[in-house]
Amino acid sequence: MREFTYHRAASIADLSPDATIIAGGTNLLDLMKLEVMAPPALVDITHLDLGGVEPEGEGLRIGALVRNSDLAAHPVIRRDYPVLSRALLAGASGQLRNMATTGGNLMQRTRCPYFYDRRMACNKRDPGAGCAAIGGVTRNHAILGASDHCIATYPGDMAVALMALDAVVEIDGPTPRRVPLADFHLLPGDTPHLETVLEPGEIITAVILPAPPGGQHRYRKVRDRASYAFALVSVAAVIATDGGRISHAALAFGGVATKPWRDPEVEALLKGSEPSDALFREAADILLRPARDWGENQFKIPLLRRALIATLRDATGMETAA
Amino acid sequence: MTRHLRVDGPTHDDRLDHMAQGILGQPLNRLEGPLKVTGWAAYAAEARPANMVYGVLVQATVPAGKVLEIGDAPGALAVIQDKRMVRYAAQGMDQKGPTSGPDQIEYMGQAIALVVAESFEAARHAAQNIAVRYKVSSVPVEPEAVTPELPPKKQSAAGDVDKAMREAAVTLDQVWHTPSQMSAAMEPHAAIAEWDGDQVTIRAALQMLSSNRKQMADALGIKEQNLRLLSPYVGGGFGSKLGINAEAVSAAIAAKELGRPVMVAMTRQQVFDLAHRRSETRQRIRLACDADGRLTGIGHEVLVSNLPSSEFTEPVAQATPFTYQAAHRQVVHAVARIHRGCAGSVRAPGEAVGVTVFECAMDELAEAAGIDPVELRLRNIPDVEPTTDRPFSSHKLAEALREGARLFGWSNRKPTGQQVEGEWMIGMGMAAAVRVNMLVESRARVTLTQDGQAVVETDMTDIGTGTYTILGQLAAEMLGLPIEQVEVRLGDTNFPPASGSGGSFGAASSGNSVYLACEEIRGQIAKAMDCDEADLTLQDGMARAGNVARLLSDLIDGQISGEGHLQPGKTEKSHRQATWGSHWAEVAVNRWTGEVRVRRMMGVFACGRVLNEKTARSQCLGGMTFGIGIALTEAMEHDSRDGHAVSRDLAEYHIPTHADVPPLEVHFLPERDAYVGPLQAKGLGELGICGAGAAVLNAIHNACGVRVRHLPATPDKIVAGLKD
Ligand SMILES: Cc1cc2nc3c(=O)[nH]c(=O)nc-3n(C[C@H](O)[C@H](O)[C@H](O)COP(=O)(O)OP(=O)(O)OC[C@H]3O[C@@H](n4cnc5c(N)ncnc54)[C@H](O)[C@@H]3O)c2cc1C
Ligand code: SF4
Repeated sequence: MREFTYHRAASIADLSPDATIIAGGTNLLDLMKLEVMAPPALVDITHLDLGGVEPEGEGLRIGALVRNSDLAAHPVIRRDYPVLSRALLAGASGQLRNMATTGGNLMQRTRCPYFYDRRMACNKRDPGAGCAAIGGVTRNHAILGASDHCIATYPGDMAVALMALDAVVEIDGPTPRRVPLADFHLLPGDTPHLETVLEPGEIITAVILPAPPGGQHRYRKVRDRASYAFALVSVAAVIATDGGRISHAALAFGGVATKPWRDPEVEALLKGSEPSDALFREAADILLRPARDWGENQFKIPLLRRALIATLRDATGMETAA
Repeated sequence: MTRHLRVDGPTHDDRLDHMAQGILGQPLNRLEGPLKVTGWAAYAAEARPANMVYGVLVQATVPAGKVLEIGDAPGALAVIQDKRMVRYAAQGMDQKGPTSGPDQIEYMGQAIALVVAESFEAARHAAQNIAVRYKVSSVPVEPEAVTPELPPKKQSAAGDVDKAMREAAVTLDQVWHTPSQMSAAMEPHAAIAEWDGDQVTIRAALQMLSSNRKQMADALGIKEQNLRLLSPYVGGGFGSKLGINAEAVSAAIAAKELGRPVMVAMTRQQVFDLAHRRSETRQRIRLACDADGRLTGIGHEVLVSNLPSSEFTEPVAQATPFTYQAAHRQVVHAVARIHRGCAGSVRAPGEAVGVTVFECAMDELAEAAGIDPVELRLRNIPDVEPTTDRPFSSHKLAEALREGARLFGWSNRKPTGQQVEGEWMIGMGMAAAVRVNMLVESRARVTLTQDGQAVVETDMTDIGTGTYTILGQLAAEMLGLPIEQVEVRLGDTNFPPASGSGGSFGAASSGNSVYLACEEIRGQIAKAMDCDEADLTLQDGMARAGNVARLLSDLIDGQISGEGHLQPGKTEKSHRQATWGSHWAEVAVNRWTGEVRVRRMMGVFACGRVLNEKTARSQCLGGMTFGIGIALTEAMEHDSRDGHAVSRDLAEYHIPTHADVPPLEVHFLPERDAYVGPLQAKGLGELGICGAGAAVLNAIHNACGVRVRHLPATPDKIVAGLKD
């Protein structure tokens, strides 16, 4: 670990473009020990007034410091946004969720093992160095949204559910602004070191949820062990049916793409249609049209397809999962 | 006085069953449990001798070659390069230090130097950033890329398996792959070395102190008498602490050079690079049987790997020669010399992956022959060891199979793919469990004081297995004392040298030495009582013989002590010694995603005398859990370009979590094995692993019809075999 200064922020004004925010520390500290991240200055935001889950309009405002475990257990979240609660509970472990914050979770970095290993070339860690993952062990890399510069997945679960809920990220800084989550994470392109639209000196202060969407909520996470593993593939689904037809369909995908993934064409196909296996297969075809594999992660293409079909069958009442 | 026993013949006298205290075998809680849960049990890295500094290993960033130059480490006290530093860990029971000379790089991640600083953080920073110049060589890192060696001693054949295959009514010929695996003990490897003149004391995380002391003395070039090792508490080993490794050797070298105590603790990532891995295996199994399922041919061809300079090779087919009979048999053991991290003993070396794969093959043969898998096994159990005609010391496989089938409800098993609950396909599977049994020379000293306190001392280790407790129970039983009056001291080379913990031989080997030491003391008490030792009853601090009863305190003047010394003897050769059992599993496979959930799992085991029902059971629970890991989750992947271990932490290397493990059921078959010493107890911990994964994999097939032959059976591999 490199030496760094530590400062506890008393107000948002204490933030500076030179200091890296630390919240729960569950991701940042691991990376600092390995010197994958080596910030010279840390600013601890855990004493700022950024907690609380409050009504905002017809929706909710979730403070950036709300812990993952508290958010998952929040009665309004469980009642009105169960997909979020389920996604949170599918992530990490109880101990980690007790520490992890809403803002930190959105900002968590990839688990690409080559990113974590400073012996290996990595464009994300060291722009221009090359990507050691390509040609190496790519089992858990992205099939969607990757570039020849970086094929790492966005690993989180919470953001996948938030995508399906049309969440908006509230940002404070020199110019306070709100950014739809769909626009918050960036594709790697040829700048994989740039992961979000957040600028130095800015902070996530809250996540805003619109009015509850109703319908059936599912979060299906397929992973290598039953708990405490990142997704191979995950599907967040909010589906409503009306008179035998799908009236609302919001779908987001994790573990497969370089950012929380959503495909409007898939949803457009589903909306207004009668649920059927043929329809779901067509939805999967559309979703996977841009998919590209890197060898070992080829299996994610059929697995994502199957996970999507199973989730849709389940959410539309064609089959119960349990 | 020392009571010595070489196990040259049987012990038919079940005298431990007739002792009066009645504590042996009882499910006592672990004696050191409260210390552990309150944090008072100090592990290797938890001491803080005055003036201590911290060392962090510098690791090679190339797969092979030579270190030309190591740069400076600003902020550090020293960069230590010493030709005595070791390239990898010693193998279990080695009598010498492992290959030294860290300048010569044999694998990516090898330790090449040590940086020492006033804080761990400073040392780590320096070690991570130090500039090293290399002369890089290009080397093979993939087992299939080289022509393997065929060590002559490790090949065996009788009859003609090819012919048996041609002529048999039913045959099976398939290839399985298992990946490298890591022991993944909770406590990372660590050591603190401190010199006093020419005497060095090393607190370390080690499993086998008496051989570790020899290895360390050899590695450092010092006399054994000048070296004391302390490992009173070890946070799991699973083979990875059988031999000394770079952290302890370099701590001792640095401490001498700096004249200060030095701690070297590996980071979790370093453990994955530097601890022994279990070799990946490629196993071709050929089986031939007649229409009734009687085996006529057995072929087991194994490919494993290791570094060119290491002698160890995973004994994958170790149990194949004696588990089932067949006239035609062949074992081929090939070794690919490649440059991945050093391979060594990891949790039941050999059978953990060998029996697992073989028992999958038996399941496939049963299916092909249309015979129930339990029945197929029952029909092929030999009366004597097939390859040598030696008798078995005891043999409980048939009983374990029948009893297991009954307890598990095997008769309710449905044909493949016939049981469906919602998205889940349900299936049952089973496998035989078998593991070779070993005894290892072991010594212990027991001292009994006038106030009725017994102290057991041996350099045996307790790596979380329950050694403190069972040795305490043995002494309490033999000397007729409540357990509170027995103190067990372990993990110090100042005590008599023991077997150490490994290969499941620790409990029986060290237990027998404590038994013998107690016999010696009993002899002295009998003398004071003026009776034969055989007529002596000791209970609750009283000695009785005939109608004489006396307080122990009246018989002892000051204290009496005795040493026990056990050596394996002729029964090692005269009898095939093994432990037996059966594994049973019920799984659910998700028909969409291929996820597997083990719903029920049971093991039936025969391991001779059970010394403590609870710690024995815990050993089996751990073993069966590792079986789930082998079947479903554990894989250490290597980069095909440079061989480095890619998953290097416990988030990415998947040990089963609680959610992966259903309530496990364990049953012991009552057994006394006469050929394994007076305790009549055999090894146990590893038996729980051997075959457990096969029960899971066979259940997956019964559930959904998919055979996964590339372990572990992760969702991708199951889905590949499922219909849309
Ligand atoms: C072993 C392990 C397993 C895990 N498994 C999963 C899993 O299965 N699914 C999953 O989704 N996650 C998983 N995680 C990740 C976990 O969810 C994240 O580590 C956690 O959410 C990060 O939150 P934090 O508050 O601790 O962030 P920190 O570590 O404090 O910060 C992370 C990053 O966010 C930035 N940051 C924090 N707060 C703000 C803010 N308010 N505004 C701007 N920037 C901010 C920091 O500067 C830093 O770069 C796992 C983590 C570990 C260690
Ligand atoms: S995939 Fe991305 S994160 Fe991984 S090594 Fe390549 S550039 Fe780095």
